[in-house]
Amino acid sequence: MPDLLQQLLNGLSQGSIYALIAVGYTMIYGIIQLINFAHGDVIMVGAYVALGCALMGLGLIPSLAIAMLTCAILGVIIERVAYRRVRPVSRLAALTSAIGVSLFLEYTMMYFLGADIRTFPAGFFPERTYSLLGVTINNKDLLVLGTTLVLVIILQYIIYRTRTGKAMRAVSFDGQAAQLMGVNVNSTVAITFFIGSAMAAAAGLLYGIYFNTVQPLMGLMPGLKAFIAAVLGGIGSVPGAMLGGILLGMTESLVAGFGGSMYRDAVAFIILILVLLIRPTGLLGKGVQEKV
Amino acid sequence: MGRVETLLNLEDVNVHYGAIWALKGINLTVGEGEIVSLIGANGAGKSTTLRAISGIIKTSSGRISYQGEDITKTPAHDIVKKGIAQVPEGRRIFANLTVMENLELGAYIRKDAKGIKQDMERVLDRFPRLRERIGQVAGTLSGGEQQMLAIGRALMTRPKLMLLDEPSMGLAPLLVKEIFSIIQEINQDGTTILLVEQNARMALQIAHRAYVLETGRIVLEGSAQELAKHEDVKKAYLGG
Repeated sequence: MPDLLQQLLNGLSQGSIYALIAVGYTMIYGIIQLINFAHGDVIMVGAYVALGCALMGLGLIPSLAIAMLTCAILGVIIERVAYRRVRPVSRLAALTSAIGVSLFLEYTMMYFLGADIRTFPAGFFPERTYSLLGVTINNKDLLVLGTTLVLVIILQYIIYRTRTGKAMRAVSFDGQAAQLMGVNVNSTVAITFFIGSAMAAAAGLLYGIYFNTVQPLMGLMPGLKAFIAAVLGGIGSVPGAMLGGILLGMTESLVAGFGGSMYRDAVAFIILILVLLIRPTGLLGKGVQEKV
Repeated sequence: MGRVETLLNLEDVNVHYGAIWALKGINLTVGEGEIVSLIGANGAGKSTTLRAISGIIKTSSGRISYQGEDITKTPAHDIVKKGIAQVPEGRRIFANLTVMENLELGAYIRKDAKGIKQDMERVLDRFPRLRERIGQVAGTLSGGEQQMLAIGRALMTRPKLMLLDEPSMGLAPLLVKEIFSIIQEINQDGTTILLVEQNARMALQIAHRAYVLETGRIVLEGSAQELAKHEDVKKAYLGG
């Protein structure tokens, strides 16, 4: 029993990080129907920025804030430079451009900072463990869960309670109709990249601390996993992305915890294949429904 | 109609969709306070005309002016701010948002909280069925209710000129009548209307003036009464 609880806790932390990344994927997909393959690399940039802050002696919260802001701006620039002009041409062009941005970010980082694995300085987030009902709770888990919870609440507020959020939902449903209401589609897309990339940066910092690893290709796997999480939850659906992230994290953790750690990644991709076969719209995704 | 102040003016407007020449030199005016109908068959260019006015599609040449100001190159989201609202073909309501949120989006460009509230009340008084369903997701509304929502949403922008694209499409005859009388009411309250319709009979009944479009060209224009009696119009659009 404690074993199971332990795995579920690990899965919850891991899944929270996936969820933070997945919401960015899903928001961007929702608004411009683009799988932003550079999204995973924004995580990596976020982790490096946070690491830089940490090395300069900044605390956790300022480092998080600076990483989020930097990546938010990076996200807006990526959209402006690499996607806006090619988006109207074709989806494939934008997708190709996204892969280009992804490689560009990875190898620029590698060129300037090297491929070495770096870690956060020891004093940045001193580790502590607690024991409860036979389950070891690390304060890293609490950090991940707490940060995710706060960010998700803020995100939900923005999307469902603000004028900007309403515009984002309107654009993602029907961009032209939103224009007819006076919504500036380009700025709404930019805001979406801003928010989604800030979330990715937070995930980058959490990932860097949780796995004690920062390196130029670190965004690749979590990026792919979060993409799977977004598809599992129903791409385009923000609550779906969160649910998908948590479910995927838990599943992986259970598989790994009960002897299948070799198959962790495989299980994630099997889930992707099954979802695409059985329920392509995902758990919370809605099929296209139109009323005549 | 006597001489009225020109609100909207299209001069030699051309639109191309790739290799397709959709509008071939459209000249059209809408005077303040009028209801002007644009009738014609499917694919004649009626919707294209409205989309060009709203700035949703680019014109390849020609000039669109509104209150004397050239708006040919004005982006769509700024056109709304100038007072031109469009109720698009197929209603295009935000099916994933509630009725309330749809109406609020209509007021997206406005900052006058008080005026927005008043207009919201006015719209809900005009469409009591929307009030009943205010918290409901708009996708669950019936076709007629969706059309009312689309009109209500456009009213929330507080337009001077309302462009309506096929408001009768897919509605039962009784509802069509209702929608058309609402359009007349809106006009009587001071909003100028440019109406695109395939239902030429209804369109000519409520309009002051009308234009007939055929394959991207205006082939006839005149007062609605004249056109309703015109032999060609009768034959082609009023069923003989």
